[in-house]
Amino acid sequence: MTQDLLYSITGIVLFGIGLFGVIAAAHIIRKLIALNTMGIGVFMVLLAAARHGVVTDPVPHAMVLTGIVVAVAGTALCLWLALQLQLLDSPVPEEPP
Amino acid sequence: MMILGITLPVLPLLVGLPLLAAIAVLLISSHRWRTSISTVIAGLQLLIVILAIQTTEASYHYTLGGWGAPLGIGLAADGLSLALLLITAVLVLMISLYSAWYFSDSSKATRFWPIWWLLVAGLNTAFIAADAFNIYVALEMIGLSAVALVALAGTRMALVAALRYALAGLLGSLCYLLGVALLYRAYGTLDLAQLSAQMQADPLSWAALSLISVGLLLKTALLPLHFWLPPAHASAPAPVSAALSALVVKASFFLLVRFWLEVFDPAVTVTAANFLGVLGAIAIFYGCIGACRAQRLKLLVAYSTVAQLGYLFLLFPLAFTNSSLEMFGDAAVAAVTYFIIAHALAKAAMFLAAGNILVSCGHDEINNLNGLARHQPLALFTFAIAGVSLIGLPPSGGFIAKWLLLNVAIDSGQWWWVIVVLAGGLLTAIYIARVLNVAFSQMDSLNISEEMTVTRSRTIGMAACGLTLAILTILLGFNAEWILVLLNGSSPITDAGVVR
Repeated sequence: MTQDLLYSITGIVLFGIGLFGVIAAAHIIRKLIALNTMGIGVFMVLLAAARHGVVTDPVPHAMVLTGIVVAVAGTALCLWLALQLQLLDSPVPEEPP
Repeated sequence: MMILGITLPVLPLLVGLPLLAAIAVLLISSHRWRTSISTVIAGLQLLIVILAIQTTEASYHYTLGGWGAPLGIGLAADGLSLALLLITAVLVLMISLYSAWYFSDSSKATRFWPIWWLLVAGLNTAFIAADAFNIYVALEMIGLSAVALVALAGTRMALVAALRYALAGLLGSLCYLLGVALLYRAYGTLDLAQLSAQMQADPLSWAALSLISVGLLLKTALLPLHFWLPPAHASAPAPVSAALSALVVKASFFLLVRFWLEVFDPAVTVTAANFLGVLGAIAIFYGCIGACRAQRLKLLVAYSTVAQLGYLFLLFPLAFTNSSLEMFGDAAVAAVTYFIIAHALAKAAMFLAAGNILVSCGHDEINNLNGLARHQPLALFTFAIAGVSLIGLPPSGGFIAKWLLLNVAIDSGQWWWVIVVLAGGLLTAIYIARVLNVAFSQMDSLNISEEMTVTRSRTIGMAACGLTLAILTILLGFNAEWILVLLNGSSPITDAGVVR
């Protein structure tokens, strides 16, 4: 088994674990961690594709960088929504001055 | 495109202008200036698209920064893209005008305008992207800004819906991205044209096609992946609901058509195409029944979107008759494009009218809307006209769209889809009639919340935007030819005539 194939399969397994987590987990933080695991799985497959040929291909690296930025933005948006919901349910008591 | 001797880079402008608008409205604090700039840029965008359609150029291609296909990012537009860009530009103008009134006395305006223009930039990019990874970026721009716009409503229901929408959207994007990663591994390119030229029907292509399709289906909300749509579209602010139902779900459907018909066509099997058709047929019935059972007007309209999206998926079994696109591909694409445009106009009009009713009555519980016909005649009239188009009665855009669909179904010998299309129209009539029935009964007893202090001019301005779209829906029924010519003239997948 070549190295890049091993990395690709690991990536797909990570994607599967994450997918299971997103569907099965009840808590929003768990779901978000699972989504990020899926993302890392995809990035592994992309990085392995970069080493597929004789020379290292820079295009997948650029894609992974963009993917990381998107993942950060998406996770932040979800966390903000979850926080707003939490605040609606139980407002934080104001701290005494 | 040449105008007055100046070469205008149409495609980069369509991405750049909305982004420029997003930055401009973020920097400006005056409400009047923000709405003026938005209206001007929306008008300019419409003008550019119309000019691009008017010129004789068959299709557009642009390489950003002069970098060629394997490394650089290309933009390309054919007849299908231009048709969708046009409907987007029209709706963006009308929804921007509506939002100017809708958000006129609220602090939400500060957050609405920049996110709204980001959404528009994402939509335009999705329609002209010629590169699988660029499409991913466009999908994320659309997805994240759409979620933020839903959350803008601020209610608990809206936040829950937005969170669910965000999770579904991110899940869809990741499936799509894994598909793209597999494609890159197999073919070493991301350019759609190059992928299309090298495509082979092997297991890796099937895996990539499945992942890309699941991702895009999740974003298009085809049954059984529709679970996020009704709450999100029903609880968003009215102009946002209109944009989500009319444009956002269409963007991912458009990409699905691109991938199935142009990139993966050697790998697509008749069984897979029929599978999507069956899911679409179930979605039509499920959505109509959901709409008939809905208690709130906006939820009814949202379920109606689930049903109408089902019609779009009849494209796949009709286009892939005998597993080749040559016989009915063009006709099916023309019918569905027509359907997309007719539905976008009607559904936007309907959501804008529902927003008017919600703003002026303070609630949208269908059973408490008695006498609406006297209180809000203009909004109800808009709702009824849009309903006529959704049902598919002549003379409306919806009628022509369904007629074209029926034509293809009969020509290709797949009569069972005829039953689905007709039964769907009948069920649509039931839920439209249900609303009209309540609105015209007990004229004097409308329940209106006391705290509603909306100025008359504001609701009239909002109603006028909805009415304009509804009238366009009817006009579309009278002038059907130009869309077919537009598609026929320049689509790379069409060579044979569409109009017989």
